Amino acid sequence: MFRLEARTSTPGWFNLALPLLAIGATLVLCSGLIALAGAGVIEAYGVMFSASLGDSYAITETLVRATPMIFTGLAVAVAFRAKFWNIGAEGQLLAGAVASCAVGAIPMPGPLAMLLMALAGAAAGAAVALVPATLRVKFRVDDVVSSLLLNSVIFYGLMALIEGPWKDSFSGYPISPPIEDSANFPVLLEGTRLHLGVVAAFLAAPVIWFLIARTTLGFRIRVVGENPEAARYGGIHVERVLISTALLSGALAGLAGVGEVGGVHFQVMSDISPGYGYSGIVVAMLARLNPLGVVPAALFLAAVMTGAEAMSRATGVPAFLSDVIQGTALLAMLVALLFTAYRVRRVGAAR
Amino acid sequence: MSVVLEQIFQVGFLAAIIRIATPLAFATLGEMFSERAGVLNLGIEGIMLLSAMTGFTATSLSGSLWLGVLAAMLTGALMGAVHALFTVALGLSQHVCGIGVTLFSSGLAYFLYRLIFGQQSVPPSIKSFETLPIPVLSDIPVLGPAVFNQFSLVYMAMAAVPLAAFVLYRTPWGLSVRMVGENPRAADSAGVGVIATRFQAVILGGALMGLAGAFLSMVQFNAFTFGLVSGRGWVAIALVVFGRWDPWRSAGAALLFAFVDALQLRMQASGLGHIPYEAFLMLPFIFTIVAMAVMSRNAVAPSALLKPFRREER
Repeated sequence: MFRLEARTSTPGWFNLALPLLAIGATLVLCSGLIALAGAGVIEAYGVMFSASLGDSYAITETLVRATPMIFTGLAVAVAFRAKFWNIGAEGQLLAGAVASCAVGAIPMPGPLAMLLMALAGAAAGAAVALVPATLRVKFRVDDVVSSLLLNSVIFYGLMALIEGPWKDSFSGYPISPPIEDSANFPVLLEGTRLHLGVVAAFLAAPVIWFLIARTTLGFRIRVVGENPEAARYGGIHVERVLISTALLSGALAGLAGVGEVGGVHFQVMSDISPGYGYSGIVVAMLARLNPLGVVPAALFLAAVMTGAEAMSRATGVPAFLSDVIQGTALLAMLVALLFTAYRVRRVGAAR
Repeated sequence: MSVVLEQIFQVGFLAAIIRIATPLAFATLGEMFSERAGVLNLGIEGIMLLSAMTGFTATSLSGSLWLGVLAAMLTGALMGAVHALFTVALGLSQHVCGIGVTLFSSGLAYFLYRLIFGQQSVPPSIKSFETLPIPVLSDIPVLGPAVFNQFSLVYMAMAAVPLAAFVLYRTPWGLSVRMVGENPRAADSAGVGVIATRFQAVILGGALMGLAGAFLSMVQFNAFTFGLVSGRGWVAIALVVFGRWDPWRSAGAALLFAFVDALQLRMQASGLGHIPYEAFLMLPFIFTIVAMAVMSRNAVAPSALLKPFRREER
């Protein structure tokens, strides 16, 4: 006989084993869809792997793709730590992209432009995240629903800009004017798209980890998330912490948009984010809300996204497989997390 | 002449409200059943999309519209069961599971659609339902042609509201649903199967969400397009709060939202000054957020919403 037993603590290797278990289960489950599409499972995953991690150029592409998801993953991880359910990283990213694009189009010295772009993008993302946080604190509006609805509002706002004042009057396409050449983030490796924002993302993760794990604000964020009553009893101003969390989370999501404008697209268009905000939720959960874990989790999703396109070209399996993989990975990770709460214990057969 | 024009305007406007409200009413009732049993279903957006896809596909392959509706409902019910498996049976976070179900269902919908129909420059479409005028009633001026000369799915939505209220408030099962949503411990002591009731409510809710998806792809657009649902599922969640978890009020909220949406469509068409049309598209979403802010102070959610039930934890 087996019995489920509550666990009091989990060994450290769980942090690595659980995501790997979830990812393994996901790839096995999704191989059914590859077979359904009439392609060889090994071949399809093989193409996916080689196109995303097989050579140095592919690796740089995966790094570039991971960058916005590191930022949105950090944004979600920070928010979820405080149980501020920020599902609005998508809208915050878009706001960050719009703001940085507006700033980047102003002629000024390159380094200043990049700095101001980052500040404007972070501020815009923070401002958007402030809305659901304020609504929750002041009006008790569910933050999940308001942040989700806000994504649509921001998206239409972006569309109004690129189909209105920002519209390319020459071609008539709904895309914004490009930012100044001097504001383009420097490329770190000749012949690749590896830009300065990639480094920023990789630095942001340890910084946010330090903030969460070692600072007073981080402590408050964690306590508010784990036990708001105790936090209040302990003299923590819960509402203020929620607002600070939202500002930090929104700023991080805004930076994801800044990187896409400054380092990849140099302008804003309607499909600037293929759902990086939502992917951030998957990344944060795979990372168990640990900022350091966000980096490998984002790299995994980026590899899947980059690889899926090549796989689609080579085998005819629709590239949407990467979306299915994301959803499955999130659900698989949640199930895997059960192992942190319970253990399966063998109990004697005799009663 | 102007009288006639005015009448057409009103009939068309009323009919538009009814058409916009129909999928929202199904979705809102579906989410309401789920939440009344204590389970928030954020999977709604993806469930609607996947059901819209399976309904459309079943119809386009079989030629039968009702087979499509059935396929959509079964898809919704199945995805409801998946959500219940994670949140009710395993007791996992309802927020994150819901997002997971939405991501998974949306991805699967696009994947399967592309697999079945390939990449086509003109998306395939189906011949949709004919309107079904109800004798006598459809002859009432203005109201008749707008409300009683509609598609059968619209009538189903109209019937679903009193039916949902009856089931929730007047049947033993409805009582069980409300009990497991308010006080699962007490329900358990009274011999109500908490897990089973929650499963049933979430599955029923999923089937209703499936109907909402079917209406979108099989009546409103006659095709499956990307971004078909475009936030309607999230709106439905807000409407449940706005409707205070009551079938009548939720349906009223859906009608009110549809009124705002129909109004913005009309304002868009009238080319009001230089206001970009996106401003009007935003309007229903902003309206919903503001409405929630106004209503939420008095809104009392089912007490056990978001709380998993485990029998041994007493």
